[in-house]
Amino acid sequence: MSDFPARADCVVIGAGIVGNCLVGHLSDLGWTDIVLLDKGPLPNPGGSTGHASNFIFPVDHSKEIVDLTVDSQHQYEALGLQNTCGGIEVARSPERMEEFRRRMTSATCWGIEAKLLSVDEVVEMVPFIDPDVILGGFYTPSVSAVDSLETGTQMRRRATEAGHLQTFANTEVLDIETVTGANRPRISAVVTDRGRIECDTVAIACGVWSPKLAEMAGATIPLTPAVHQMVDVGPFDALVETNQELAYPIVRDMDTFCYERQSAGSMEVGSYAHRPILHRVEDIPSNEEAALSPTEMPFTPDDFDDQLEQAIELMEFLGDGEIKYAINGLLSLTPDAAPVLGPTPEVENLWSVAAVWVKEGPGVGRLMAEWMTHGYPRMTDPHGSDVTRFYPQDRNVIHIETRADEHFNKTYGIVHPREQWATRRNLTCGPAKARTDDLGAFYFEAGGWERPHWYESNADLVERYGVEGRTHEWDARWWSPITDAEHMHLREHCGLVDISPFQVFEVSGPGVVPYIEKMAVNKCDLPVGRSIYTPVLTADGGFRSDLTIVRLSEDRFRIATGAFDGGRDEYWFRHNLPADGVHFENRTEAVATYGVWGPNAAALLQTLTETDLSQEAFGYGQVRDALLSGIPTQMFRISYVGDAGFEIYCPTSAGLALWDAITQAGRDFELRPVGAGVYGTTGRLEKGYRLMGAELESDYNPVEAGLARPRVKAADFIGKEAYLAAREAPLAAQLSTLRFESLRCAEGYDRFPMGAGNEPVLTPAGERIVDSHGRVSRVTTAGNAPSLGAYLAMAYLPPELAAVGTELSVMYQHEQYPVTVAATGANLALFDPDDSRMKA
Amino acid sequence: MRILVCVKRVPAVGSRINVTDDGQQVDTAHLGFTTSPHEECAVEEAAQIVERLDGDDHAVVVLTLGPEASAEQLRYAASVGGSEFALVTAEGGLDWDPQRTAVAITDAVRELEAAGGLFDLILFGNESADGGNFQVGIRVAHALGRPIVNGIKGIDVGERGFTARRETDAGYEVYELEAPCALGVKEGINLPRYPTMKGRLASRKAQIQELDCAGGADAGGQSRVRLHRPPERASTTVQLGDSAEAAPAVVDLLDELGVL
Ligand SMILES: Cc1cc2nc3c(=O)[nH]c(=O)nc-3n(C[C@H](O)[C@H](O)[C@H](O)COP(=O)(O)OP(=O)(O)OC[C@H]3O[C@@H](n4cnc5c(N)ncnc54)[C@H](O)[C@@H]3O)c2cc1C
Repeated sequence: MSDFPARADCVVIGAGIVGNCLVGHLSDLGWTDIVLLDKGPLPNPGGSTGHASNFIFPVDHSKEIVDLTVDSQHQYEALGLQNTCGGIEVARSPERMEEFRRRMTSATCWGIEAKLLSVDEVVEMVPFIDPDVILGGFYTPSVSAVDSLETGTQMRRRATEAGHLQTFANTEVLDIETVTGANRPRISAVVTDRGRIECDTVAIACGVWSPKLAEMAGATIPLTPAVHQMVDVGPFDALVETNQELAYPIVRDMDTFCYERQSAGSMEVGSYAHRPILHRVEDIPSNEEAALSPTEMPFTPDDFDDQLEQAIELMEFLGDGEIKYAINGLLSLTPDAAPVLGPTPEVENLWSVAAVWVKEGPGVGRLMAEWMTHGYPRMTDPHGSDVTRFYPQDRNVIHIETRADEHFNKTYGIVHPREQWATRRNLTCGPAKARTDDLGAFYFEAGGWERPHWYESNADLVERYGVEGRTHEWDARWWSPITDAEHMHLREHCGLVDISPFQVFEVSGPGVVPYIEKMAVNKCDLPVGRSIYTPVLTADGGFRSDLTIVRLSEDRFRIATGAFDGGRDEYWFRHNLPADGVHFENRTEAVATYGVWGPNAAALLQTLTETDLSQEAFGYGQVRDALLSGIPTQMFRISYVGDAGFEIYCPTSAGLALWDAITQAGRDFELRPVGAGVYGTTGRLEKGYRLMGAELESDYNPVEAGLARPRVKAADFIGKEAYLAAREAPLAAQLSTLRFESLRCAEGYDRFPMGAGNEPVLTPAGERIVDSHGRVSRVTTAGNAPSLGAYLAMAYLPPELAAVGTELSVMYQHEQYPVTVAATGANLALFDPDDSRMKA
Repeated sequence: MRILVCVKRVPAVGSRINVTDDGQQVDTAHLGFTTSPHEECAVEEAAQIVERLDGDDHAVVVLTLGPEASAEQLRYAASVGGSEFALVTAEGGLDWDPQRTAVAITDAVRELEAAGGLFDLILFGNESADGGNFQVGIRVAHALGRPIVNGIKGIDVGERGFTARRETDAGYEVYELEAPCALGVKEGINLPRYPTMKGRLASRKAQIQELDCAGGADAGGQSRVRLHRPPERASTTVQLGDSAEAAPAVVDLLDELGVL
């Protein structure tokens, strides 16, 4: 065994599936001096990997998760450690049968073979399922079970044989040391019970222990250890006779949140139905204290009894099986159930690689190695897993536990794409909350903020504008016809939108101009009072963000970004700060923001101010300080909804007074409060405006998104080289607006695609469309365009299809709907494409 | 046939056992509980004896003395062959001294027998996994005036009682006991079954009779001064390699240890 090292380039802590895969991929990407530590013995150190059921169902509604899972399956397969046995999800309820149609849609989108099964077909494949209990099934032939421990061993061996890795088992990390860095603490060493290792980079792959390790360095990894109960029952003749580890497909009994997985002669039965059982890290025993392993906590049988009954209902023979092994197994839950990956915001060169399942382990190893090597992953856009997506207020234990408690039982649930959280609400509110409450605002959560999505006080407009409802409950859930009515009203008169959840940063100082130029694609060094809408790119030239920058003074810029993007964007802007000369400040809490738009907007606001608001005096894209009803504000002529008007910024303390002043003056102008349903979807979509996380992802570049300007600025910026190359390269995809020709479903009424990211754009014949880079065409946003009387979608299409008039189709709930390409390229607007209204 | 099995709820510990700060208890904060292993075998043995008999008017009565939570161990017994259950609620948890425990159990046995008739056989574990006092069974049998043999690894039903085997270095000692009698059994006498799923579900409906036997608080008088954790023996694991490639290293090591 090698001597304990005093120094290493990179220390990876945790030798579960995740840490092992990470060291394998780091080594592949040329990291030559890696140390892997685990407090337990190898190959099974006592983490969650050691007792996982190890199966993989690849179909998910999230692209990011599917990309990670399918890549993982390829890696397991390449190592010869995958057993592809197929898997069936069975339904006991009509709602679940509907959900299977959604899963078919996702499977089609990602190109994963899948099939809906009749009850007879299910029983043909798994004869011991009681046909009277189920309504049908969803079959995925590529469902597999893997050997996660041996995969880990082989990943380590790969790195060791390359001469890049030293591994130390039975070595506990006691502390992680930092030194003062350029603008935040930086990693300097890892202290273990066998000595101290100086290092530049640390990756925490400690599963349920990760929060404790992060804390050692002064950082946070927001997850909680949680119980997933599993029992092993058997033996059963029917299984023993097969003489195979997995002769039958793995069964997920979706409506009881339960699975049955053959393991040679017996069956593993696992549950996500029991009460959420959360633990604190400090309550997890050490390897020595634990009766089994630290992550196999004592079984609490009372919590499992209902599942036993349900399992016997589905497969009667299970009743006679002996429960040979039963655990309260530990796994990691985050506040939103997605992994926590990437650089921690608090400490430089400290990486989080946690809340990852066996099914994603090898893919995450690759993704993280790319991230650590190239500055951003290449295999897929990681924004849903990026640990910096969480705001500071999301990182405390109460928030983590409350949200984990809320979503644990949704693990196998049917979760609506627009579904809202029930807990931890009303924690961050704009200053006019009391007023919007009175108006019957229906709030959606936006980055922790309460944001009115529509107002019940506008219910009268539904009739006025003749807006129709939706027939199918799924389409109408978390939606209101009031949104469309508010949209029409804004276009006809004017609307007041509460956009206080906007994330607002200010950067200032003598070095600010070169800094802001480095961050943004478009030129920022403009006269004071001018604004810039700009992409922010990864080094590879994909989207990292898009945002608006305003020059407030010679040496001060304000950056405004979306409510969901603030954490990731703040990290990126802070991470790139120079050692001195630029000061960064998050002003979100200090600033309230409203939007007033519509034909009457300027006239209304003019009654409150002496500042000349005419187009001639105050043109599009300009910013001015102005007194509105005696309140100091900053007015910004801009629009995300396609009608003239202003974003108005004021101190939060004056936010209520400003709301009152605007609404009072608004009485003479037919002003109505308007929710984010208009701002975020209907208004935006009619104008073809792109949204980060929907149209804009690191997988695509500004040329493809139609956001490339005619000229490229002289100053250097992150991603410039790749951006220049993309401008010269043949176009592989082009963002386009699609118009639905019919929404009529087979049952004779209209359906309304969600634009949740999993709806594929197909040829009229139903074939998937994949561009030359392997990217699939799918709906990135969908919604009503009330002013056009149309239903629209956006999608990237290969250039040969991205032509106005091309006939295609979109799959929604496993049915195809005809669409036509209506716009493509830079201008995707179908409503007022010349922007004449914004200039009015 | 009526058989009584006396079981004890004990913590399921790992290789390191922590002690509470006051030194009076095993720290069970992270631990689950189980039935003391010898007694798990006792329940199994009783179930097997009864299963071998004709007729169905047999009973395996399982008794435990302990806190309310000991009902968990009775339900477990219900899922692996027990048929009637008695919980002697012991104030102060599990830490009665063996003499007081024996008095309470003796009282409980008398109460159960007064209602349901004599037990042909009372089974104890050889010793409890936590206390390890080796006394309770013998004291109870003595108080009831019944014969008892400890260390039993085999039981057969005979004409008038039971034949019991005890392992010795040289072979077996064989005892014949006339019913009613008592035996202390040892792990290895059988391989206890696991509960079936149905068994577990049925056990939820098991009726548990609670008995209040104070056990003569003045009995015994043995009291705990303090628990100590023995100094840890450090052990390190050395990985010799994996798969077939590890074979030469294994051979070398066995050679070094002198076992080849
Ligand atoms: C019952 C059960 C069944 C499951 N079945 C499946 C399944 O079928 N499919 C699936 O995809 N997932 C499954 N999972 C989830 C899966 O087990 C985990 O998500 C996965 O194993 C996590 O891997 P990891 O490498 O992140 O963590 P772990 O395997 O827990 O590894 C973390 C490592 O960090 C080490 N460590 C912690 N602290 C320190 C320290 N201070 N110093 C040094 N080392 C330290 C630990 O010893 C441990 O080895 C299941 C989970 C449970 C509980």
